[in-house]
Amino acid sequence: MGKNKSTMSGASILWECLEREGVRVVFGYPGGAILPAYDALKHSKIHHVLVRHEQGATHMADGYARASGEVGVAIATSGPGATNMVTGIATAMLDSIPIVCITGQVGSKLIGSDAFQETDITGVTLPITKHNYLVTHANEVARTIREAFYVAKSGRPGPVLVDITKDAQQSTCEFDWEAAKPQLPGYRPDLSPAPAEYAQALELIHNSKRPVILAGHGIIVSGAMREVRDFAERAGIPVAMTLLGLGAFPASHPLNLGMMGMHGEAWVNHTIQEADLLLAFGMRFDDRVTGNLKTYAPNAKKIHIEIDPAEINKNVKVDVPLVGDLREVLLELMPKVESIDRSEWLDSIDKLKGDSAVRDIQNLPDSGHLYAAHVINDLWHQTRDGNTIVVTDVGQHQMWEAQYYKHEHPRTLITSGGLGTMGFALPAAIGAKVACPEAEVWVIVGDGGFQMTMCELATMVQENLKINIAIINNGFLGMVRQWQEFFYDRNYAATPLLNPDFAKLAEAYGIRSMTISKRSEVVPAVESARQHEGPVLINFKVEQEDTVYPMVAAGAALHDMIRRPSPIVETAEDE
Amino acid sequence: MLNTFMVYVENKPGVLTRVASLFRRRAFNIDSLTVGRTEKPEVSRMTITVDADLDQARRIEANLYKLVNVLLVENITNQSAIVRDLAMIRVAAKHEARSHVFELANVFRARVVDVAPESLTLEITGGEEKIDGLLELLRPYGVLEMVRTGIVAMRRGSKTASVESPAEIRPIGASNDDVSYSV
Repeated sequence: MGKNKSTMSGASILWECLEREGVRVVFGYPGGAILPAYDALKHSKIHHVLVRHEQGATHMADGYARASGEVGVAIATSGPGATNMVTGIATAMLDSIPIVCITGQVGSKLIGSDAFQETDITGVTLPITKHNYLVTHANEVARTIREAFYVAKSGRPGPVLVDITKDAQQSTCEFDWEAAKPQLPGYRPDLSPAPAEYAQALELIHNSKRPVILAGHGIIVSGAMREVRDFAERAGIPVAMTLLGLGAFPASHPLNLGMMGMHGEAWVNHTIQEADLLLAFGMRFDDRVTGNLKTYAPNAKKIHIEIDPAEINKNVKVDVPLVGDLREVLLELMPKVESIDRSEWLDSIDKLKGDSAVRDIQNLPDSGHLYAAHVINDLWHQTRDGNTIVVTDVGQHQMWEAQYYKHEHPRTLITSGGLGTMGFALPAAIGAKVACPEAEVWVIVGDGGFQMTMCELATMVQENLKINIAIINNGFLGMVRQWQEFFYDRNYAATPLLNPDFAKLAEAYGIRSMTISKRSEVVPAVESARQHEGPVLINFKVEQEDTVYPMVAAGAALHDMIRRPSPIVETAEDE
Repeated sequence: MLNTFMVYVENKPGVLTRVASLFRRRAFNIDSLTVGRTEKPEVSRMTITVDADLDQARRIEANLYKLVNVLLVENITNQSAIVRDLAMIRVAAKHEARSHVFELANVFRARVVDVAPESLTLEITGGEEKIDGLLELLRPYGVLEMVRTGIVAMRRGSKTASVESPAEIRPIGASNDDVSYSV
C-alpha cells in the first residue's frame, strides 16, 4: 500500500485507518464538531449512510455487526449527537456487540468551558463502553482507531467510543500506519483454562446422568456452532437456548430443547431444574434465564465456559469455570469426551413436554381472531427455506418470535437481549441489510417500539433497501400491559396506544403497505411482500389482550410458571 | 472483611476515574484508595481497600483486569505486608494539656509538626490501628482537624512486585489476532 508515510490531516487519517480496518460503510449524522471529518470523506471509498437520529446510527452499526460478525461503525457530532448515541452504545455493551462510535468534540482549547455542543461524552459513556478514548492531537488518531477496533472485536466484544476534537481532525501530522501499532499492555483478551480444570470438567460430564447444555450468545461470537453440535451429539446432551443463543444450535436438531427462562418453554425450565449438571456455553446466567437464584437448578453441578472471567460466580456459583474462547475450549475437551447413552434422560424430558403441545396456540382451531403467534408461525413457514434474517424489537412480539420462529442458523435472529431496547428493530434491520444485501430481512416490531425510531424509514428508503416490516399491532404496550394484567390488577395505566394509520404513514415514505386482520390473509400478505421489489410494511392488527405464556414472574423460581389457561381464550363458538 | 489490592495502572489521564467508576458501578464500597507514582514514570500504583468476601474479591480482581489500562492486580490481604497510613491531627492543647499531648506523641512516635498558642499538630505514620489508637487517646483533648492519606502497602520479603515497562509487558503482536493488522 502507498501512503505509508505522508502528511495528512487527522480527519483524513481517520478515514484511511477505517478503510484499513476493513470498514466499507459507516452510519452517521453530521454536525459542527465532526465537519472536518465529513469534509474529508470525499476522498474515501467508504459509503456513508445518513441516518435520521444518532440512536439509529448506533443500532445500525450494531445490526451490521450482529449480521456480519464484523465491527460496525457509527459517527456523530459532539454534544447532542454524542448523547443520542448513548442508548445504542448501552445496547451493544449489554449484548457484547463490537461497534466503534466516533464522535466529534469541541476544540481541545475549549474543553471544560461548556462550549456550544460540548458534552463530556467519554465521561458519560465510561460505564457503558468496553473502553473509550478522547483524542486531542492528529498524531493520536491512527493508533487510537487501531486500538479501538482491536478492543471492540477481541475477547468479549463490546462498544468502543472515540471522541476526536475538532482541532485534532483539522491539524496535520505524519501518518505512519506501521508505527501506530496498538499499545495495550494491560489488555488480556485471550485467556485459557488450566489442564486441571479440563480434567475436573470431564469428570463431571462423565459422571452426570442428567446434563443440559445452556447455549448462549458466546457460541455465535466464538464461531463454535459446529463444535457445540459435535459435543452435544458425542456426549448425548440436550441443548437449551438463551434468547441470544437462538440460531447457535439448529432448532430442528433432535437434541434441541428450545428457549429457557422467563418466557422459555415449560419443559426446558423443568429440565434445567431437574438436571444434575449444567454446561453453560457462552452465557451469563442473566436473571431472565435463572429466575430466583436460591432455587435455581438446585441439584446441578455447574461448568461455566466463558471468555470473561468477571462473569464467573457473578450470579450463579459454578463448580468448574473454564475461562477462554468457547471454540478453543471445546476443541480441547472434545477428544476426551466419552460417548454416553443418555436416552433415559432424553425420554424423561420428552415426558416433561406433557400437554404443552396442546396448549400451543398453533394447535387450536382458528377462532377468526388473529394472534401474533399465527403471524410469526406463518411468516416462519413462508421464509424458513430462504436466506432470512429476522430483526425484532422488544416486548411480547419478541418473545413470540423466539418461541415460534425456528432458527436453524446463527446470525438469523437479531434482537436486543440484555438492555431490552425498544426502537431497536428498524435501525438494526437497516444495518443487517447493509451488511448482508443478499439476505431477506424481516422486521418484527410492536406498534409501540416502532414509533420510537420510525424516522429511520426515511433512511431505509434513501438507501434503497428492500426490508419487510411486520408490525404486530395490538394497540397496547403489550408486555407492560401483560405485567399490569398479572401483577397490577389489570390497571392498564399508560399502556393503550392511539396509533397513526401505519399504512398511510408508509405511503408517505413511498413504501408499499398492507393492513391485515385475518389469519387467512397472513400468508398471501407475506408472499406479496416477498415478491415486491421495494420495502413493504404490513400492519398486522392482532388480538389486543393476548399474553405471552409461559411466564416466570420476576423473582419466582424457574419451574414456577404462569401457564396458558386451557382451553385458551374465546373460540369461534363464543362469538 | 477488608481486602487490600495493589493495582498497577498505566499513568494516563482518566484512569483513576475508570477504577473509581468500576467500584461504584458494581456497588463495591471503597474503604480507602491511594494512588501515586512508582519507580517507572509510565506506571502508577494504587492501593485499594474494600470490604468484600472472597467471591466478591475475586470478581473485583477480574473486573479490574477488564479495564484496558490496568496492568496488574494483586490481592495482598492474606500476605505479609507493610501497610502504612499517614495522618495529620490538630488537637486542642492549652495549659497542662500541652505536656500530655507531647507525651502521647512521644509514646506513639508521632511528630509535632506545628505549634500554635492553643493547639498542636501531630504527624503520625503507621498501620491504621496505631493511628486509630492515638486518635482515641487524643479525643478527650479535642481533635480540631484531621486528615489521613489512606493506606499504601508493599509486600514483605524479597518478592518484588513490579510490572515491566508497559510497552514490553505484552506486545499486542503476541496475540493471534494480529493478522488483521497486516497491510
